[in-house]
Amino acid sequence: MIIKQVSVFLENKSGRLNEVTKILADAEINLSAFTIADTSDFGILRMIVSHPDKACAVLKENEFSVKTTDVVLAKTPNKPGSLSKLLDILQKEEVFIEYMYAFSMKDEGAVTVIRPTRVERCVEMLQKHKTELLRADELYQL
Amino acid sequence: MIWNEKIECASRDEMAAVQSERLKQTVQRIYHNIPSYRAKMQEIGMLPGDVRSVEDLKKLPFTNKTDLRDNYPFGMFTVPMSEIVRVHASSGTTGKPTVVGYTRNDLSMWAEVVTRSLCMSGVTRNDIVQVAYGYGLFTGGLGLHYGTENLGATVIPISGGNTQKQIQLMQDFGSSVIACTPSYALFLAEVMQEMGIDPEELKLRVGIFGAEPWSESMRKEIEAKLKLKAIDIYGLSEVIGPGVSCECEHQVGMHVNEDHFIPEILDTETLQPVAPGEVGELVFSTITKEGIPILRYRTRDLTRLIYDKCECGRTLVRMEKCKGRSDDMLIIRGVNVFPSQIESVLLEMSETEPHYLLIVEREGTLDVLKLMVEVQEQFFSDEVRELEKLKKKITHNIQSTLGISVDVKLVEPKTIERTAGKAKRVIDNRKI
Repeated sequence: MIIKQVSVFLENKSGRLNEVTKILADAEINLSAFTIADTSDFGILRMIVSHPDKACAVLKENEFSVKTTDVVLAKTPNKPGSLSKLLDILQKEEVFIEYMYAFSMKDEGAVTVIRPTRVERCVEMLQKHKTELLRADELYQL
Repeated sequence: MIWNEKIECASRDEMAAVQSERLKQTVQRIYHNIPSYRAKMQEIGMLPGDVRSVEDLKKLPFTNKTDLRDNYPFGMFTVPMSEIVRVHASSGTTGKPTVVGYTRNDLSMWAEVVTRSLCMSGVTRNDIVQVAYGYGLFTGGLGLHYGTENLGATVIPISGGNTQKQIQLMQDFGSSVIACTPSYALFLAEVMQEMGIDPEELKLRVGIFGAEPWSESMRKEIEAKLKLKAIDIYGLSEVIGPGVSCECEHQVGMHVNEDHFIPEILDTETLQPVAPGEVGELVFSTITKEGIPILRYRTRDLTRLIYDKCECGRTLVRMEKCKGRSDDMLIIRGVNVFPSQIESVLLEMSETEPHYLLIVEREGTLDVLKLMVEVQEQFFSDEVRELEKLKKKITHNIQSTLGISVDVKLVEPKTIERTAGKAKRVIDNRKI
C-alpha cells in the first residue's frame, strides 16, 4: 500500500526536465504522475513511475540528486465531493500532510498522491475508512 | 606640502643608514621577547648580531598571518600589557582574529605616517576631513582620525554607513575631504544622484580611498562622479593600519613610509628578492614599532616597487597599486574572505565535504558574494521547506562566522566544474 515516489532535484534551467524524461524513456520506465515544486532557483520533481528503483539508479548514473519517498495513493470516485471526503478522514484521524497532488481519469476515478508525515498511520486510517488504496502492482495499469 | 621633508626626501644612502640602525634594534627586541620568532632564527642558526645592516634583512625568517593566530591574542607583543594603550583586530575571519597592540609611541608614529599620507594627498590644516571608515576594531577609522588631528585639519568622525547623513553633513559642514573605501565612494555618488544632489555644489576636493583593491578605471569613475581627486592609501593592521603607504598628488604609486616599514618584493615561488622593478609578493618589516614589531611579514599582495625620484620631490620608494594576491583571499566590501573559511563553515554542517563555488560580482557599486552549493544526496530532501531551511542555515552560519552576507544558490551535483579532480572554488567577475 506504500508506494515509492521518486524525487529529483532540478535547477531552474531550460531543458532539465526533458533530460529526466529522456533518461526514463531510454530505460523504458513509464511515468504515471508527476508534479514540480518550484522556488525561485530550484525545483523538486516528484514522480510516480513504473519502476522506482530502476528510475533512481539510472538518474543517479546521470549525476542527478535523487531519492525515494514513501507516499500513499488513494483512489476515489471521479465525482464532486470525493476529495473533500478523503480530507475529512485525514483531518479527523490527525494525519498531517506534507504535500499532495492528484490526477483523474474519466471512468476509472481519481487518484490522489499523499505524502503524510506518518505513512503507516495514513494507510491504516484510510483502510479503516474503506478508502481504496493503490498497490504497487496496480500502477502499471494507471 | 611635505610633512617631514628631512626623511621623506632623504637620499637612498641616508635612508639605508636609518633603516639599518632601526632594523638591528628591532631584531634584538624580537629575538629576546618573542619565543616563536627566536625559535625560527635558531632553526637557521641566526643570532641577532648577524643582522648588521638592511642588506641582511633577506636572511631573516618570515612571519605569516598564522603566526599571529597561533600566538592569539597577545603572544607576539614585545612589551608588557601596561605599555599597550590600544588594540585593534582584523575583522571577518573564522576562529581567532589577528590582534595587534599599540604603545603610546606606536600611536604617535601611526599618526605621523597618516599625517604624511594626508599631506601627500594634498590635504592641509584648512581642510574638513569626513572619516567614513568604520571606527572600532578595524584600523581604518581611528587611523585616519588621529592622523587628521595631528595635521591640524578638522575631523568629522562619522564612521561608516548612514549614507544620507554622510551626504547631509557634506552639505552642511562643507567637508572637503572624504576618507572611505572606493566602493563606498561610488555608492555615495549613487545616493547623491538619487537625492538630486550635484557633487559640484559640494566642497569635496580629495578622496582618500583604501582597504580594498580598485583599478585605474574605478579611479576615473569616482573622480568623474564625485568631482574630486581620488588618492589610493594602503595599509594593513599587522604592519600598522592605513598609512603604510599613500599616493601623492601625481598619483603614480604609493610612497612607502620606509623609515618605519621596509618593503621587499619576493618571487612567489622561490621567496627570493626579485630584480628591481619586477612584480612579486610584498613583504614588510616594521622597524620602529614597540607593541608588536614584525619581521618580514608576508602580505600576499602582489605589486612592484619604483625607486625613481617622484615629481613631488619625495624619495620614498613607491609601490604600485596591488595587482592581486598570491593566496586566494578575496576582499569583499572591505572584509577579508578566504574560500577555506567558507569551506569550513560548510564542513561543520555536514559529514561529507560539500562542493561549492564562490562567485564575486560587482552589482552597481557593491560587491556581492554568491555561493553555489551542490545538493548532494545526503542532504537532498524532497520537501521545499527542508531545502529552504538548508539555504537559510548556510547563509546564517556564514554571516555569523565571517560577518558577510552571502547569496546561497543550491545547484545540481557535478554542475561545478572540476579541474584535474579538484574543484575550482572562486570566480571573481568584478571588473576592478
